[in-house]
Amino acid sequence: MTSATLDAGLIAPPRRRAQRRVLPGFNLTLGYTLLYLGLIVLIPLSALVLKTLSMSWADFWAAISAPRVLASFRLTFGASLIAAAVNAVAGLLVAWVLVRYDFPGKKIADALVDLPFALPTAVAGIALTALLAGNGWIGQFLEPHGIQIAFQPAGIVVALIFIGLPFVVRTVQPVLEDSEKELEEAAACLGATRWQTFWRVIFPGVAPALLTGFAMAFARAVGEYGSVIFIAGNMPMVSEITPLIIIGKLEQYDYAGATAVASVMLLISFILLLIINALQAWQRRRTGESA
Amino acid sequence: MSRDAAAIPRRVRTTESPAVRWLLTALALGFMVLFLVLPLAAVFVEALRGGWGAYATALRDPDALAAVRLTLLTAAFAVPLNLVFGVAAAWCIAKFDFRGKSFLTTLIDLPFSVSPVVAGLIYVLVFGAQGWLGPWLAEHNIKIIFAVPGIVLATVFVTFPFIARELIPLMQAQGSDEEQAAQVLGASGWQTFWHVTLPNIKWGLIYGVILCNARAMGEFGAVSVVSGHIRGQTNTMPLHVEVLYNEYQGQAAFAVASLLALLAIVTLAIKSVVEWRHARALRASTELPVEAPISA
Repeated sequence: MTSATLDAGLIAPPRRRAQRRVLPGFNLTLGYTLLYLGLIVLIPLSALVLKTLSMSWADFWAAISAPRVLASFRLTFGASLIAAAVNAVAGLLVAWVLVRYDFPGKKIADALVDLPFALPTAVAGIALTALLAGNGWIGQFLEPHGIQIAFQPAGIVVALIFIGLPFVVRTVQPVLEDSEKELEEAAACLGATRWQTFWRVIFPGVAPALLTGFAMAFARAVGEYGSVIFIAGNMPMVSEITPLIIIGKLEQYDYAGATAVASVMLLISFILLLIINALQAWQRRRTGESA
Repeated sequence: MSRDAAAIPRRVRTTESPAVRWLLTALALGFMVLFLVLPLAAVFVEALRGGWGAYATALRDPDALAAVRLTLLTAAFAVPLNLVFGVAAAWCIAKFDFRGKSFLTTLIDLPFSVSPVVAGLIYVLVFGAQGWLGPWLAEHNIKIIFAVPGIVLATVFVTFPFIARELIPLMQAQGSDEEQAAQVLGASGWQTFWHVTLPNIKWGLIYGVILCNARAMGEFGAVSVVSGHIRGQTNTMPLHVEVLYNEYQGQAAFAVASLLALLAIVTLAIKSVVEWRHARALRASTELPVEAPISA
């Protein structure tokens, strides 16, 4: 370590962070990272921002406040919120069972959690539709009771639950694995019931991760397109999601309208990204304190 | 540990009663079967509804084969591009300190939170007929939107962070002591990377590559915006699935979809093996230092 520092002192002019610059390739890799990031992500995104800024406020407002667009916002955010809430509960349950209990086929179940990450969204969309349509495996039992899921807003929620599940499981799982058994033992020895231990000891430790997973599932659900359009029915005002509005405007060559709606979605993505980052920082502080 | 557990009376053990355990496991597995297993099974059942003959016919269709070729081509561009970027980004973020590092990390994650449809749209705004470069491209007769380059670009965008975000935490956790030692011993930068860093990040790299590949081959929303849906020319496999499905050729749609589902299963299998190998390597490396002080 001292020789490494010395070496750096001889080769590179001594800088404030000279010790950290022992390794080569900083300028090259940072330069390439920034160039690639700029070309692929930042310049195209700035095209969207500039196009939005070039619109007059009245045009922009007219584009995003049309009744059909507002209905799509309500649907997209409402369905995403319900799906993320279901995922928070189901994801916590799945993570809990995978971490705490042993059962045959556990490894397969654990691998299967990532299916929504690996399965293309269009495939998930047609598969869920086939299951829930009136003649499908599940739909045929629901239809006689007057329950329709496919081609209804309820179908959108089902598709969003599918794609959001791994986010919650994979953020909660490591926290549950690292949680200290000693705390639970202490709570049990002090006379807490199992439910009290869960609610007062385990849950507060998991809460930041659960909230992060919830926010990630929500963020993913808001932008989701492929799995939803097959099952949604896509009726204007009823089951038309916001990404589909953008596609519809593009197909009518209404680039300004598409850009305006897209910029609203982009803004919301930014805000969600910042919230998720803050949640993750909170979680790190939590785990840092307990360790 | 076992003595501690024995010291605690049975009724205050830190687990649930068998009935509760059984119920929770059944609920969790029931949910997974309903939401994960059934959709996956439905793909294959629907694909084989007309028998193996119809399945093979659907896959041998020239348009389907063209879609498979285009999907492979797209992944062949997108994955290596993001691999080089991922390694470069992880190297500068994990091995060095500089201003704005956490901001850069957030920017790298950005494509994950952008809706795929918006991702497609931004490329239309840059390269489309009415976009920034549209007139210039039209003058030089270069087609990007509604052509293969646009599909590749949109795919690169949506798979942008995959490899970088696998490698950054891994390389941060490993630190740079080994690389510094290699430097002191006279290795060149390239030798250091090739012989010291690469073996250490091998599993994380494979992990990132297969996830990136799965998403690259399966991307739908972003590609749908820039593709133009020209049969046999600019339809990737997911887009071809959509076209067939909307033409009420359900069996053919599910036949092509089953290839993508197989890809997903293979991806999950490789991922599980990689995780298992990585965990074993990690265990081996944490066991070593325990022995060292004893022998010393």
